Amino acid sequence: MSSASLSLSRDDRPILIAALFILVILVAGTVYTFARFGSAPLLSPTYLLQQLQIGAFLGIVAAGMMMVILIAQIDLSVPWTLAAAAMMATSIGGPLAIPVGLGIGLLVGLINGIGVAYLRVPSMIFTLGVNAVMRGLMVAHTGGYAPQTAATDLMRMLAGDRTLGIPNALFVWAAVSVLVTIVLQRTALGRYVYAIGNKEAAAYLAGVDTRRITVICFVLCGVAAALAGVLLAGYSTKAYQGMGDAYLLPSIAAVVIGGTNILGGRGRYLGTLIGVVLIVLLNSVLSIMDMPEAGRQVIYGLVIIFMLLVYGRGERVTS
Amino acid sequence: MLDDVAIRFRQNIGIVTAVLLFAVLYLLYNFAHPKGFSSAVLVQNGDEIFALAMLAMAQTVPVLASGLDLSVGAVMTMVGCFASYLLTGVADGTPLHLEIFGLHLGLGTFPGGVSGILLGIAVCLAIGTLAGFINGCIVVYGRIQPIIATLATGAVYIGIALFLRPTPGGKIDEDLNWAMTNSLGDFAATVHIFDDGAASWFAPVAWIPVPFVLLILIALLVWVPFRRSVLGRAVYAVGSAEGAAYMSGLPIDRAKIAAFTLAGFFAGCGGLFLAIQTSSGNADIPQAGAYTLNSIASVVIGGTSLLGGTGSAIGSIFGAMVLRVISFFFRIFDIAPLLQPLFEGLILLAAVSIGALGVLRVKNTLELFR
Repeated sequence: MSSASLSLSRDDRPILIAALFILVILVAGTVYTFARFGSAPLLSPTYLLQQLQIGAFLGIVAAGMMMVILIAQIDLSVPWTLAAAAMMATSIGGPLAIPVGLGIGLLVGLINGIGVAYLRVPSMIFTLGVNAVMRGLMVAHTGGYAPQTAATDLMRMLAGDRTLGIPNALFVWAAVSVLVTIVLQRTALGRYVYAIGNKEAAAYLAGVDTRRITVICFVLCGVAAALAGVLLAGYSTKAYQGMGDAYLLPSIAAVVIGGTNILGGRGRYLGTLIGVVLIVLLNSVLSIMDMPEAGRQVIYGLVIIFMLLVYGRGERVTS
Repeated sequence: MLDDVAIRFRQNIGIVTAVLLFAVLYLLYNFAHPKGFSSAVLVQNGDEIFALAMLAMAQTVPVLASGLDLSVGAVMTMVGCFASYLLTGVADGTPLHLEIFGLHLGLGTFPGGVSGILLGIAVCLAIGTLAGFINGCIVVYGRIQPIIATLATGAVYIGIALFLRPTPGGKIDEDLNWAMTNSLGDFAATVHIFDDGAASWFAPVAWIPVPFVLLILIALLVWVPFRRSVLGRAVYAVGSAEGAAYMSGLPIDRAKIAAFTLAGFFAGCGGLFLAIQTSSGNADIPQAGAYTLNSIASVVIGGTSLLGGTGSAIGSIFGAMVLRVISFFFRIFDIAPLLQPLFEGLILLAAVSIGALGVLRVKNTLELFR
């Protein structure tokens, strides 16, 4: 056992433990439902697929968030990037809906990236301001009410329908995952991202255009949030106020639970994937248990602290 | 001598800018306001500023130690919910009980009357301080990054607040509400000191709003002594170079715990005041989030570096006041409420971007990557 844990690399241990914790959640939830209702919905593929379909939106947001966290930044503009993309996509409608929605994400990411990379404003505060601006624009655009426009058929098909019994949203999530994995592991861009996260000055001296890479990461995060927004609008057939608010903190939590260092430079995409599944399953078990919002928040916080105490501890500063 | 002043000015350029910006904006506001320069306007503004100013101070201390506290809004909300049970001011006291998993536990009666209110205030502040202390312990002994540790504890604190107040409600003693949210004269009249506030020597200061007095008292009696203490200096040292602070034998663990504990205390003050002001407890999650984010914005506008090591809680108070005055202007100039978030965001972006224009003058690109 000790040799097995020793042979695990620093980045694999969190992923393994998080995966084990998913099993614990599944077992505990099944024991609970079996004792109370005499059934085991958590083990039925239909139920799990349905939960994962809802999780796909969080998964896509988390994939983008991970790119930004890996370069030691953060993107707090995700909630209203997501909502703005959904609202613009539904109000444009027609074949242009999805390109326009993704374009919004690209534009917001570009602004974020320029502010953070070239003006050197801390991302924490710059993206916060961009989020407020996007919220202001959307509130002014919709008059503060839920927009009356509906999602296009293509958006509904991508987010709500199923192919061969598997929700289409899962295919989109899988495509995003494959793309991010390839970018992080097989391209120069991926190596630069990790290098910048470890030490930006060193990456710069090694000839990396660190500012351009930073902009690219923010653009990817913005586009991912926009994609999630477009899909979410398709899933619920329309856009609504504050639709992105529930995605900011869970996406950061998923990335961190998956073993990515919040200070950047370390972490694997597989971990983020596991982190998303963990959060989605935890949520569904809690809702099966009829847990009130108060209990959910407490358990949610305690799980994050517990997971990080197990494997996310930093090193003591001694020099 | 002159060099000294010039150096000090350059070192504190952030806070000087914030003070000047606030002074200009607030003067303009009062000129534009039909009842400008009156005690009534000042009292109203003081009430609106206090909670955010406290949260800005709360955020400053961990930021100085190059940590970030995402739980300040949650601590504020939780303390407010406790206050709505403990500060009811019912003379016979308030019976407390706990309902958990269907169990009904009586917790005795919390005393009423004046002594009960004073005890209630002390308990509320102690709860806020304890929440901060827990944050500090998790960050130091758990060695979890502050931003993610406080994100998690913030969820726990919000959960407790929701448990206490699933729907807004509760009650705060009316006299307490009146005394704390009006001018010093009203305060004296309510608590029956200085001939009910009619003493002749008292008249020149009777117009000052209580929240401003509280703000100054907390800054002078809590922040200034802390900053001058060994722990306070250690907080700054940890923020500028943790390794060097460790090698110099500074108590870095205690400094970090102290920073988060003090943040909890300040956030508790803010929550207590918000509960007193609104006369109720409300576990409002969006409001908690907005206060946390605005506290970060206040800290930055107040001239404190998010990287840690430089800045001061006094600057953050002015940062919070600048943010609030901007929203006062919306009322004066009749800007449609729908456009307010847009202007707030644009002003925040403009402020930080102008502050960042210095990077265009940097000749050695390496200096950017600190």
